[in-house]
Amino acid sequence: MALIEIKNVKKQYTSGDDVVEALRGVDISIEAGEFITIMGQSGSGKSTLLSVLGGMNHPTMGDVEMAGVKLYQLPGEKLADFRSQNLGFVFQSFNLISYLTASENVMLPLAIVKMSRPAKRSAARQALERVGLAGKLDRLPNQLSGGEQERVAIARAIVNNPQILLADEPTGNLDSKTSEEVMALFRELNGAGQTVVMVTHNPENSAYSNRTITLKDGMVI
Amino acid sequence: MKLHTISINNLKRRKAKMAFLTIGLMVGIATIVTLVTLTRSMSRDIESKMDEFGANILITPRSNGLSMNYGGIALGGVSFDQHEIREEDLAKIKTIENRKNISVVSPKVLGGAKINSRDVLLAGVNFESELKMKQWWKIFGNEPKSDHDILLGSDASKLLDLSPGDNLSIKGETFKVAGVLDQTGSQDDALVFASLAKAQKLLGKAGKISMAEVAALCSGCPIGDMVTQIAEKIPDAKVSAIQQVVEGRLKALDQFKRFSYAMAGVVVFIGSLIVFVTMMASVNERTTEIGVFRAIGFRKSHIMQIILLEAAIVSLLAGFLGYAAGMGGARLALPFMAESKNAQLVWDTTVAFGSIGLALTLGLLASLYPALHASKMDPTEALRAL
Repeated sequence: MALIEIKNVKKQYTSGDDVVEALRGVDISIEAGEFITIMGQSGSGKSTLLSVLGGMNHPTMGDVEMAGVKLYQLPGEKLADFRSQNLGFVFQSFNLISYLTASENVMLPLAIVKMSRPAKRSAARQALERVGLAGKLDRLPNQLSGGEQERVAIARAIVNNPQILLADEPTGNLDSKTSEEVMALFRELNGAGQTVVMVTHNPENSAYSNRTITLKDGMVI
Repeated sequence: MKLHTISINNLKRRKAKMAFLTIGLMVGIATIVTLVTLTRSMSRDIESKMDEFGANILITPRSNGLSMNYGGIALGGVSFDQHEIREEDLAKIKTIENRKNISVVSPKVLGGAKINSRDVLLAGVNFESELKMKQWWKIFGNEPKSDHDILLGSDASKLLDLSPGDNLSIKGETFKVAGVLDQTGSQDDALVFASLAKAQKLLGKAGKISMAEVAALCSGCPIGDMVTQIAEKIPDAKVSAIQQVVEGRLKALDQFKRFSYAMAGVVVFIGSLIVFVTMMASVNERTTEIGVFRAIGFRKSHIMQIILLEAAIVSLLAGFLGYAAGMGGARLALPFMAESKNAQLVWDTTVAFGSIGLALTLGLLASLYPALHASKMDPTEALRAL
């Protein structure tokens, strides 16, 4: 059984009298351990699809099943709990918390988890070591380069060992050399068994993935 | 890393905003503390003055008669059905609702007596309570200590030609003049004071009293109410309030108190508004941050905890600083506001804990809506903001 099953997902946004169809019946199946890149032009529905996959955007129609759980049938805050336990997010602008150090940023997902303080520190240190930032635990985001901030964001996304890593244009704000390093890091993580779903508009990035899904006007082509 | 780490680090990193928030609330709390402490200190000052001013309630026998008095000159009275006050009735005064406000009860028995062939008015008093009530008395000689000690008013001393240490005889009993009062300008100048028990015996009024004066500490205890309460306990007595001047001052103080509370209310409202606006702006500024929290699995309650904890820390700090600043302000203002030059500042733990509690309550209440607003933010906003 696929780790992620998206069946006939539609998403409409209403603005006054206008109805915008961001997703028009998307069907995708992703197996555990896959590295998927979702490509498409601006406005094709990539980010909407990622937010639906991330349990943050209720689809107008269709089902999203992840690890056997129908996401949008989860009651109340159970969806937040699901995100906390199963998903890791990497955002385009890194979105590190400016007043927290690198290790504190990485520990963020653990702030709501019952774990001892040393265990949390150890997990953060290991995650930062995996992304090659062992020596910069106490740096604030503004003391790190763009590439380093991206690495901290990746460390934050993997610190709680999620089943699925979702990344939205992770190299969008990086130079080509740093982009290559970051993509190599994603491939390394995938090599260790991590399922990765990445939205990107850069065709070079798709070379690092097992499979590329292309969206056009809200549909898979 | 726990939720409070996020709150504390945010406050540490945004010092200017935190300072603005703290000062806004602190000013409100400091104003309240200053006004409350000032009114309390001024009340205490007036209370202590009332002791110096003497009695403010007079208890006399009730009679169905008309007092024949014109321009302060007594012309005798037309009395019938005169009731008497028994000394034991005075104990009932200590059972009234406002008994805690009673400072001194001073009973008196009055009657005519002859000393050195001259008619004098003998006043039997309890010297201990009388001296406590009439703190302005200046005695030449000694305070009376035994039942055979006499205290003379200044006019009586001149009329009888007696000085401290002299002996005198009343109805065949010998007494010693312990002291002579300095001129008071009151009826006390013409009186001969003896102990209550001895005067009752000499005047043939054992167990009875002619009148009693009561001194009450009357901040927050309306004299009128106490008069009613005493009259209910001693129905045979006429109970009346005196010292309207002091009452007038208390009324003025009461008006000041109301004005203070109204002003404090306005300042607190403004302080709360500052907290509300600042917290709301802070939440709106942190849309992306809150979206990230939600995206990585924080519940709505977690977001509320972060925002409310920040508010609680700032409010507590504002409470402490507000109390300190308020007491400082009261200390500086008291010499200009109080009537006495040596008025004492009232340090009250209720005000201390009250101000900190109030700051906390206001801070949390004013931050409740911003916290709710933050918790309801759509996590996709974080992604859209990218």
